This record gives sequence, C-alpha cells and structure tokens, in this order.
Amino acid sequence: MDKERLQEIYHEMVLVRRLEEESASLYQQGKIGGFLHLYIGQEAVGSGIIAARQPQDRVITAYRDHGVAISCGMDPKVVMAELLGKETGCSKGRGGSMHLADTELNFWGGHAIVGAHLPLAAGMAMADQYRDTDAVTICMFGDGATNIGYFHEALNLSAVWNLPVLWVCENNQYGMGTSVERASAVSEIRQKANGYGMPNERVDGMNVIEVYETTQKVLPKVREGGPYLLEVMTYRYRGHSMGDPERYRETDEVEKWRKDDPIGIFREHLLSKEGFEETVLDEEELRAEKLIQEAVQFAESSPDPAPETLFDYLYVD
Amino acid sequence: MAETITMPKLGFDMEEGTLIRWVKSEGEQVTKGDILAEIETDKATVEVEAQSVGILRKHVVQEGSIVPVGSVIAVLGDEEEEIDLEALLQEVPVAAEIEPQETTSATSQIETESESTPPTPEDNGKFPEGVKASPIARRLAKDMGVDLRTLSGSGPGGRIVKQDVEEAMESTKAPVTDVLGLQIPPLSGTVSDSTTVPLTKLRSLIGRRMTAAKQELPHFYLTAEYDASPLMDLRSEINMRLPEGEKLSVNDFIVKAAALALRQFPNLNATLEGDQILRHGEINIGIAVAVEDGLLTIVIRNADLQPLRAISLSAREAIGRAREGRVRLEDVEGSTFTVSNLGMFDIENFIAIINPPEAAILAVGSVMDVPVVQDGEIVPGKRLKVTLSSDHRVTDGAEAAKWLQVFKEFVEDPLKLLI
Amino acid sequence: MAMITMREAISQALWEEMEKDPNVFIMGEEVGVWGGTYAVTRGFFDHFGPERVRDTPIAEGVIVGAANGAAMTGLRPVAELMTINFAFLAMDQIVNHSAKLRIMFGGQFKVPIVIRAVGGGGRQLGATHSQTPDVVFAHFPGIKVIAPGTPYDAKGLLKSAIREDDPVMFIEHATLYQSRGEVPEEEYLEPIGVSKVQRPGRDVTLITYSKMLQLSMQAAEQLSSEGIEVEIIDLRTLRPLDMEPVIKSFKRTNRAVIVEEGWGTFGIGSEIASRIYEHAFDYVDAPIKRVAQKEVPLPYNRELEQLALPQVEDIVNAVKEVL
Repeated sequence: MDKERLQEIYHEMVLVRRLEEESASLYQQGKIGGFLHLYIGQEAVGSGIIAARQPQDRVITAYRDHGVAISCGMDPKVVMAELLGKETGCSKGRGGSMHLADTELNFWGGHAIVGAHLPLAAGMAMADQYRDTDAVTICMFGDGATNIGYFHEALNLSAVWNLPVLWVCENNQYGMGTSVERASAVSEIRQKANGYGMPNERVDGMNVIEVYETTQKVLPKVREGGPYLLEVMTYRYRGHSMGDPERYRETDEVEKWRKDDPIGIFREHLLSKEGFEETVLDEEELRAEKLIQEAVQFAESSPDPAPETLFDYLYVD
Repeated sequence: MAETITMPKLGFDMEEGTLIRWVKSEGEQVTKGDILAEIETDKATVEVEAQSVGILRKHVVQEGSIVPVGSVIAVLGDEEEEIDLEALLQEVPVAAEIEPQETTSATSQIETESESTPPTPEDNGKFPEGVKASPIARRLAKDMGVDLRTLSGSGPGGRIVKQDVEEAMESTKAPVTDVLGLQIPPLSGTVSDSTTVPLTKLRSLIGRRMTAAKQELPHFYLTAEYDASPLMDLRSEINMRLPEGEKLSVNDFIVKAAALALRQFPNLNATLEGDQILRHGEINIGIAVAVEDGLLTIVIRNADLQPLRAISLSAREAIGRAREGRVRLEDVEGSTFTVSNLGMFDIENFIAIINPPEAAILAVGSVMDVPVVQDGEIVPGKRLKVTLSSDHRVTDGAEAAKWLQVFKEFVEDPLKLLI
Repeated sequence: MAMITMREAISQALWEEMEKDPNVFIMGEEVGVWGGTYAVTRGFFDHFGPERVRDTPIAEGVIVGAANGAAMTGLRPVAELMTINFAFLAMDQIVNHSAKLRIMFGGQFKVPIVIRAVGGGGRQLGATHSQTPDVVFAHFPGIKVIAPGTPYDAKGLLKSAIREDDPVMFIEHATLYQSRGEVPEEEYLEPIGVSKVQRPGRDVTLITYSKMLQLSMQAAEQLSSEGIEVEIIDLRTLRPLDMEPVIKSFKRTNRAVIVEEGWGTFGIGSEIASRIYEHAFDYVDAPIKRVAQKEVPLPYNRELEQLALPQVEDIVNAVKEVL
C-alpha cells in the first residue's frame, strides 16, 4: 500500500473508533434505541479486508456492521442518521443499527438473524456467476454463526456450485456470552471449511496490514476458483452489545487484548516503519473527530420519517 | 461552563438504575474517562465514566437512590462558577412524554333518518327482514313484539340498535280525553312531579304472560270455604315440637293437600297441547312468591310424595333465594299447578290468573276468625276461603268442584296429610 | 382455447417467462435432471441448461436464502420447495427475509423472488407431507401469497408473479395437477390480488380457493338440483386479500359459507368471516359457516384421512345450515 492509502486506512480506523464511542454515548442518552453492537477492537478486520476489494466486489455482514459500513465508504452522516432513526438515514430510519446498507457502494447490509445472510451471500455470488461477472462476494460473520444450519447449507452450496464467495469469520472468541470452546466442536473455526473441501487459513485480526495482505492474496483465488474461508482472530473490547454485563469473561483478559489495540499497533507501525510524523496522524484523528461531530449534528437536526410513510417501501407495487 | 450528567441508558430495556456509590466526591477534579459512580441495573453493576473535564460540583442524587434513565445525577463545572441548579435541571430534556393521543371521537355521522326514508341497501343488496338493525335489536324487538319497520335507527347509517327498541317499548302513549270539563277545587299540599319508571324485565314478562293467559284461557272460578281449626290445631301441635326457623306454615299444609288432591284429578295437573291434554306425571306445586318488583313462582317438585317438613324446607330455602335475587333455574321451572297465598295480607278471598301452561291455580285467603253455626249455636270459628281458577278447555265445573271436595277432606282432616 | 391440465398450465407459464426474460431461472430439489417431482419442469433442463435450471442440495434454508440474495442483485429466481411442508425449514428466509429485506433497508433494492410450493392432503402421505398451512404465510406483510384453483388462473397468475417485483409465494395443490381447464392460446396475464366470481348464484355466498374450489363446484351442482343456487367466489390471492366481490355478493345473499382445506382454528375462514361481519354487518342474516379440515394431523389410513378432510357433503350441509 502506498503512503496515501496507509494514511487513509489510519483515518478510517480512527473514524470507526470515534463513531463507535459516540454511538455508545448517544445510546446511553437514550437517543439510539434497540440494540447497539460496537466494533471497538475489531477495526483492523473491516478496514483490512475491504481495503483489498475491487469496486465490483460485494460486502455483506452481520449486525456488528458500523465499521464495515464506514470501510465500504459510507458517509458517517447517513450512518449516524440511521442510528438515530431519521428519514435521512441510509435505510430511511426503517432499519437502525443492524441494517445499515448502501447498495451503490456494494455494501449489502447489516443483518440481524445470526447466519441468515450467508445464504444471501451465496445467492449474490450465484447471480454474479450467472451473469459471468468477476465479482467476489465477501461475506463476514462471527464465530457464533459457524454453528448454525445456515452456515453449513451456504458453505456447502458455495463449494458444490463453486461460487465466488470469500467467507470471512471474525473470530472475536465469543458468540454473545458463550466462548468458542463452549459452543463449537472445533475451536479453530477454519477447520470447518475442511468439511466442505474448502481452502482456508487463519490470520491475526489485530494487524491491519496482515489482514489486508492476506485478503489481497486470497481474493484472486476466489475470483478464479471458488470459495475460501478466512478466519480472522480478533477481540471486541466492549460487551456483545450495550447493556452486556460481561459476566462471561475476566477483566484481565479484556485488559490483555486492549494492550494490542489495532489502532495502536498500526500507529506504531506507521511511525516506526513507514516514516509517518506524529502530527500527521494526530491531524487524521482530529479530522475524524470533526466528521463524527458533524455527523451527530446532521443526524440530530434531521427529521423523523413522517407518519404517513409508515407503509412506504413495503411493496414495489 | 456547567453541564449536567444524567443516568445513562445501559441496556435496551433499562428504565432506571440505582446509584450505588459515588466514586468522585463533590469538589473533585474529573477528566474524561474517570469513573464517576457505580450504577446498579437489574442485570449488573456498571461504572459510569465521565465524558468531559471539570470539577464535580454537585451530587444531585444520594447514594442508594433509584434514578430514571435520563435524569440528572450530577453537575460538572468550573471551580468558581455559580451553579444555578434549578435552571440546569430544567434544561435537561425529560424522557419525552408521550402526548396522549387525542382520540378523535368518532364523530357520529348519524344522519337522523326521518321515519319515511329508511336506509337503503347498497350493491343490489337486501337487509334481513327488510330493515337495517343489529342482531340484538332484532331479538329484543321480536321478544317484545315491537315492529322494527316502525322504528328509525339511531345507530351508524341509520341502523336500528338496541336502544331504539328499548325506547320504543317505554313510550306507551295512552290518549287522555277529558270530556266533563270539571272544575277541580284548589289542591291542598304540593303536587308531586310525575316520574317515569321503566318496566323491569320481570314486570314485562309477568305482564305479557298474564295478558296472554287472560286472553287465551277460558277461566272459570269456584270458591269454597273450609273449617280451618283442625289444620291450625295440628299445626300448633307440630310446631311445638319443631325448632325456631323450621316451623311449618299454613301454606305448607295447603301445598301438600293440593298435591294429594291432584292425584285423583289429573286434568287439573295438565297442559293443553293442541288437541291433546298432556297430563303430567309429576305433581310439581308452584308457590307464588312476592319479590322486589314482581312475582316469582318457586316450585316444590313431587309435592305429593314429600313429607310436610321437606316441603317446608324446600319452600323456605327457595323463597329465601328468590328474595335475595339468587334464584336458581330449578327453583322456578317445571310447576304443573300453582298455589297463590295472600293469607298474610288479611285478604278474605281473591281470584288468581292461571299461570300458563298450567290448567289451574288455587288462590288462598287468610284464616279468619268468624262467627259460625255449630249445633244450632253461634260460636267463634276459623274459616279459610279458597278460589280455584280452572281452564275450561281441559276441565269443567263438576270436575273442579269435586277436586275442591277432595281438597277439603285433606284440609279439614289434616292428619291425612301425614299418612 | 386449449384444454390443458394444471400441471401443463404451470409448466407453460414457467417456460414462457424463462424464454422471455434471461434473468428468470429456477432452483430447487430435483427440478433439473429429474424434471421436477410433479413433472412440472420436465424438459426444462435440456432446453435451458444447468445454469438456469439448478438442482440444489436438500437444504431449504439456502434454497430460499440464495434465491433472496440473487433477487436482491437483480435476477428473478423461481425457487421451488418440493412441498409446502418443507417450507417450515425455510421459514426464517421467507418471513424474515423475503418479506422484510426491502423495507428494512428503506427500499434500496427489490426482492423479485417467486417461491413455488406444493401443498394439500388426500394421498395417504402422512401428517408431515399433507398440510395446507397457507394461512401462516398469508399472515406476514411483505410477501404476496397466491393459490390458484384453475389452470387458467394458475398460468395467468404465475406469469404475473414472476413479473411481479415483490416476493411471491405461489402455492400449488398436489391433487389439482391433473385437473383440466380451458386456457387461451395467446399470451395473457391475470391480476394478483383480485378475487373472482367463478359461479354466480342468488342464495348463498361461498368463498373458497385452490382445491376446495373444485369440491365447492361439485357441491353447487348438487345444491342446484335442489333449487339452491350458490355463488362461488374464488379468492385466488390470499394476500393481498380482495374482499370486494365477497361483500358485494353477501349483501345480496345475506349468507356465507367459507371452505378451506386447512384447519379452521385461526384459519382463512376466520379472517374472511371477520371482514364480512365488519363490512357487511347489517346484511348478516345467519352466522357465517366455515368448512375446514378437522383438528387433527392427517392420518395415513385412507378412510380416516378422507374423514378429516372437507368433503362435498360437508359443503352441501353447511350451505343448507345457513339458509
């Protein structure tokens, strides 16, 4: 990656971090309702993977989707507006936190039912294959989703029909409150792909460069040859969602992972290995902060959907 | 610049939290990320971090307080500045009060249809019975004999509703004509206002049934007078041996006597069905009982087979229930002959209307102390008058008279009731 | 006009739409090489090829799910569920996804999927292969549910369903495939969401659809010989429900019987009756009668199964009851 791109990635990761912190605050103020699943700690995964995609490649993920949305190029304003349920939100206030999307940017959401978007991903890849495009569908999901029926049906179908899907498991060690060891027969998630004769590998998700380079290496294989499973090891610093009392993990475990903050690691790398100046990176952080503040202002001053639009978008006809 | 710190929302269904412990005291310096307090929700104990920098000027709530989400718990500000707590508290938007929806009362688009233009059915449709009326209105009209076609509906779209039928029933206009043009002398005392009391269901029902009985049944009447002394004497004797509350009444004897007499005259314990007389197998004596605003007939089943005490107990219990409004179905159904006793009201004699579908009814007067002729001399005696009303379609004078003779035997020789 | 079977009608509709629009394709179990378990897609594989007639593994979740995904990006899949009983394995994809994807994302894309499923009992296939759970799918806003009763309607409605930009559940009946009916030679479409008077009559309004239409017609013939003329209204589409011809008819007859093959409790009849009471209250002259399957999973034994299913006699009796 050239320096410009590296700087962009750094800005992006900080932007995601600030977005998540601000969302948490707004949630506590009661301005964001429902569920809120934060990406804090996992920024390197979204940024690394999506930085490697081609514009025609599709991205689809589960409900921990804010970071992925930003990495796909969504404007924080439309994201924040959606979180606040406003008419100006990307999903017109109908979806909320779990259903961010922008199909123009080839970001297909934001899905709430665990594992349900995996068949959707298989279908989108099938359609691209049908139309003979060279697009890859990048389908991201958590470790918890690898135990549900949908995972197996979708992976199997992608293998049988040779669909161009990059299956990305963001293994943050916990499916809600249940550790991988307690939920999954094999704790190295990537091994499940072997059951479908699918090539797979594991990568350190706290290091954005490693994630990016691995994805870059793997995407052409998918584009030409068929599905691949990438297991990305990461950690979420906050609970499963807002209000999670986190009784299932020890505070020192969280502390240990916090020391390897992906943003911190990347910053260190940029300063020591890529010759960046502190001030430049600080600038990016300030810029990110400013964008988020503007996004909040935009969202807060946006209107709610009008009552008479309750039935809009239900049917085309 | 003072700012407020509010109880944070820490879960999607959290409504309130308990402030367990203040970590930062009043007057302490606070920076972003410092723990301010410990909050307990119903799921866990959580630490609240400060979002900005300043001095914690005021604990607005005490440790242990339960605070709704969004309410102010503390004030952050500069060291020296004046804190106007009231003003700050008012600035905090309280959890948006949901404006109670102004329920637009369904403006009743009731076009009061004039009686000459009833509502017309749409789409080539037709209304059942030709009228637009609710099911309960139809039922009520049918029961009460109201012609729906004469009513105009006050319901939506001119629908005849229950109320319309009820109102039609109440307005019984009897035309009053004063032909004589009399001078009425000035009244002493105040004139009361007329009041209208709606007919109760019971009164209506009695009215309809008695009207039907009078119109349809060819009644004829036979009156007899009996020596009541033997009965009264026997009753005294028996009652001396019975506890309070269980003593026999005169009517208990009458009921038993009537039942036994009916055994020999099945036509009087019958119902006319078309061109057949249904002579009932059971002899169930109905006793007319006055209740609030009307009359009920409570039934003593198989009265001819029951000992006097059993009749007395059944009657007492059922009458008790009737007076309290707790009457059961089996108390009032199935009578085949009725006894109506106004003895407690000093009535010498009266004539009762038969209770359809029965064939006869016995009206019993009071036991009176009267002078009687005995062995050519005038002595005090006790006499009881009864009148039997009978349906001439199933019986005639001779038969009815014979019944009274048999009845007399039981009344004047009451020991026969005990065997 | 040609006299064809329901099977042929459905087959023709699929063939014509696939010829017309290259984005239309079929996926499901045994649709390709086998030719479809009800022979609806016989000949399709050879003509259209494996890309457009896709045999899937036995995995209803991903059959509907992948069809959803393909539809989201602009194709027009016709996913087949071998029987509607297996639809329950894809329930989440149908009701949480097909029905809701468009609105959850503020209308950013359409989901022009058609899910064909075969339902109905009467062939001794046992409880889990004989259900008529149509009402369950009709419950959810966001999908349209169609269940035709004649070859004419099947062809016209399936073509409309495939061209429809909204998700459609197209419910066929296993014992109707052999039934015959007249179908025009030239191309035609039937509108979704429109009920149809299949038989006019002056005495009782009978509302029904799918297989029960056949039985109702037979009952009507029998009643006619006794001087009772039944008006039969075929719903054809369950959601959106068109009550207009029903109400209009009811206002004239004041009596209704609803006939469905599914269970009566919380069934199609409950909805129809409710709406009649609501919109034609003043015209009700007798309680509305519902004829439905008896409240028991269908047994294997032939007589027992027929005992549980609605019969022509049940319909005749119901009509007489409301008179």
